[in-house]
Amino acid sequence: MRADAGTGRPDRRPDSPPLVRLEEVTKSFPGVVANDRVTFDVRPGEVHALLGENGAGKTTLVNVLYGLYRPDSGFVLVRGRRVTIRSPREAIALGIGMVHQHFKLVLPHTVAENAALGLKGTPFWAPARGVGRRLRELSERYGLPVDPDRRVWELSAGEQQRVEILKALLRGAEVLILDEPTSVLTPQETGELFKVLSRMREEGHGVIFISHKLTEVLEVADRITVMRRGRVVGTVAAAGADKPMLARMMVGREVVFRLTKRACTPGDAALNVEGIHVRNDRGLPAVRGVSFSVCRGEIFGIAGVAGNGQRELVEALAGLRRIERGRVCILGDDVTNRSPRLLSDIGVAHVPEERIRMGIVPGLSVEENLILKRHHRPPFCRAGLLHPASVRRFAQTAIEEHGIVTSNPKTPAKLLSGGNIQKLILARELSGQPALVLAAHPTYGLDVGATEQIRELLLRQREAGAGVLLVSEDLEEVMELADRIAVMFRGEITGVVSAGEAKREEIGMMMAGEERVRG
Amino acid sequence: MKRIGPFIVERRLAPPRHVVFGVSVLAVVVALLLAALVFWAYGVSPWRAYAEIGRGTLGTVDGLSDIVRRAIPLILCGVGLTLAFRAQFWNIGAEGQLLAGAVAASGVALFVPVPDGLRLPLMFLAGFGAGALWAVIPALLRVKLQVNEVISTLMMNYIMAYIVEWLVHGPWKGPTMRGFAYTDMFPTAARLPLIAGTRVHWPTLGVGVVAALVVGLILSRTRLGYEVRVVGQSPDAARYAGISFTVVLSLAMVISGGLAALAGVGEVAGIHWRLRSPSHISMGYGYTAIIVAWLARGSPIAAILTALLFGLIFAAGDLMKTTLGLPFQITGVFNGLILFSLISSDLLMYWRIRWRRRGEAWT
Repeated sequence: MRADAGTGRPDRRPDSPPLVRLEEVTKSFPGVVANDRVTFDVRPGEVHALLGENGAGKTTLVNVLYGLYRPDSGFVLVRGRRVTIRSPREAIALGIGMVHQHFKLVLPHTVAENAALGLKGTPFWAPARGVGRRLRELSERYGLPVDPDRRVWELSAGEQQRVEILKALLRGAEVLILDEPTSVLTPQETGELFKVLSRMREEGHGVIFISHKLTEVLEVADRITVMRRGRVVGTVAAAGADKPMLARMMVGREVVFRLTKRACTPGDAALNVEGIHVRNDRGLPAVRGVSFSVCRGEIFGIAGVAGNGQRELVEALAGLRRIERGRVCILGDDVTNRSPRLLSDIGVAHVPEERIRMGIVPGLSVEENLILKRHHRPPFCRAGLLHPASVRRFAQTAIEEHGIVTSNPKTPAKLLSGGNIQKLILARELSGQPALVLAAHPTYGLDVGATEQIRELLLRQREAGAGVLLVSEDLEEVMELADRIAVMFRGEITGVVSAGEAKREEIGMMMAGEERVRG
Repeated sequence: MKRIGPFIVERRLAPPRHVVFGVSVLAVVVALLLAALVFWAYGVSPWRAYAEIGRGTLGTVDGLSDIVRRAIPLILCGVGLTLAFRAQFWNIGAEGQLLAGAVAASGVALFVPVPDGLRLPLMFLAGFGAGALWAVIPALLRVKLQVNEVISTLMMNYIMAYIVEWLVHGPWKGPTMRGFAYTDMFPTAARLPLIAGTRVHWPTLGVGVVAALVVGLILSRTRLGYEVRVVGQSPDAARYAGISFTVVLSLAMVISGGLAALAGVGEVAGIHWRLRSPSHISMGYGYTAIIVAWLARGSPIAAILTALLFGLIFAAGDLMKTTLGLPFQITGVFNGLILFSLISSDLLMYWRIRWRRRGEAWT
């Protein structure tokens, strides 16, 4: 479709004025300046990526644009006119739409009902009537196939995201903000999303694409603005950018992309899982007949979209969830349904998915958190009495060795940053040479520095002869670290490939439930 | 961060010690001001009331001894409760556990043939055991069957109160008591010595102070204390670390209930010298101890001080009855007001309020 001025759609000459422009926006929260004189704009017909680590201030900036925050200073221009946006409602009226990282949908309702919710001119009776037709039109025009009569809970994460985009388009969004849109998608779904974004670009929309993943940003964006610690580091054209350059801008220093992964000969089996079945919290089957083995000196990666039984699998292996059927052997011994303490005592380390709720005791001090799980054994405890000197000595070594940033060992663990909490957990779990490491999303939500350090630690465990089970949603992480990769889908393993011959597309197919044909 | 009028309100994750102390004192002061309104409504000048109370309790030996006498059971129950509360086990049952101790001690005093020298130690031992047994039941019910301990411990108070009633009206009714619902008087060897000229049974006081120190050490220096704190602060982390809830909660309740029961032993052996109606033995010490432990913010040592404060309130209640003609129930009003302002003051601990600086941005 050709953009033409007669339909009132903005044209897309490169020198056309920006659809929206944030001018010198500053926004602070107690103790932190989230946005420091940030200037950012989107022109019609472009995808402008906002790239930065967690906590760089990307979400704060778009929240200012969407009317959720008001800037301390600076202002917002929409089509060249200075405006004050007091609420999302006003943002929508100005043609700004947002797809949040966590969808805002009413699950039991249909797609059409969700789209009609809060829409101007919706009739009191039969509100969803009429919306369906318009949705179908938009679906077709932008390549967003969704059935308006399906109920939202039946849809996959990718389809729900499409509903959110359609909702924004239905409200006349000319500028669409997408906050970390690919975090819930399989590689195929990501590809489809990118096609939709190019359609929108052709239609003259402006898209703000927030991400911390370099590859994606380079693939989809026209311009890339990099933020670090609340400031804009620079804006570059995607055509002239590459990964090392963006990474340097993001982190502020050189980043090594290739981790040195030394050759390792896998030894005896550290873990043998034979046909186990596990239920989730609602009592429904979550892991259905999973078998695999992890050798010493090997990283075994489990990829898959979250919610396909990975959490239940790891918890079962850590002794925290009952195994209904099947057998688990560690170092050759049957340990099916043995207690977490026994497993920990025979050398199973567990880096849990919920690091703050499970991995630490937030109110206890750093040093007390460092001895959790071994607090009942010498040298920390003799005859029921704790030995503060040993605890202190161990804590000091661990803090130094792992570079945990804390004012002192007596600080409550809850005051640490996310990366330092994870370092604390790893310092604790990896001390004393474990035989098996269960690592669930070990770098999720961490900044590049901490991520690097934690990946390095896992590789070192592998070299030291531990078997590592790595569960991660970050496919790149799994492909980079693992020796073999299994994909979980709906509680089953759809295939195992060795890292050398793994292809993104193939793993993506398996993540979407396709069985691997060969091997 | 929020702005309310000219103030900025900020979240405070870990309140420093002086803030906790300051806010707690403030809560008590606010409660005293509110209580002043109650005096005023009764037609008694609050100034006169507080002056009378000050003179009558803190100003005389009798008054001071009365404070201590009342504080003894509060120390024992309160110290025990700090341990249970640190495990986030809401033991509302100190009252029943106290009565269990009184029953066991009375049984030993009246019916068990032992040498005189061993009688009192055995009473304390039996009392501790009975309270521990009574307290461990709700712990097991919670771990094994997910029975809410607030309900179970509260209900068990009534059960124990009726057991005492039944005993003093029935099988243990003293033949020499001319039909009154008492047991017989304890033999001299089963009576606790008093500090001369007062009604302070000092052995129980000693036990209480030692208990506070020991529980303090348990919390900070032992594996049990560590596990209690982990279970209390993060049940998920406790499960993850392989800590046994059965063992930790049972042990915490054995100590908590046992100490409350020692308070009961002290009351029957030090004050009444017989078992009698539950409302006479306890006056609700077990319930007041909940506020004692709460005000002490989980510190057993601080519980000694807060117990003395509530001892003073009880002593003041006696005084107000005799000198000002107010009902003794006024102590209940006091306790309620203090608990009320304490719970509301938590907000102040975790939120920092300050004036907005000039030119500071709003949110």
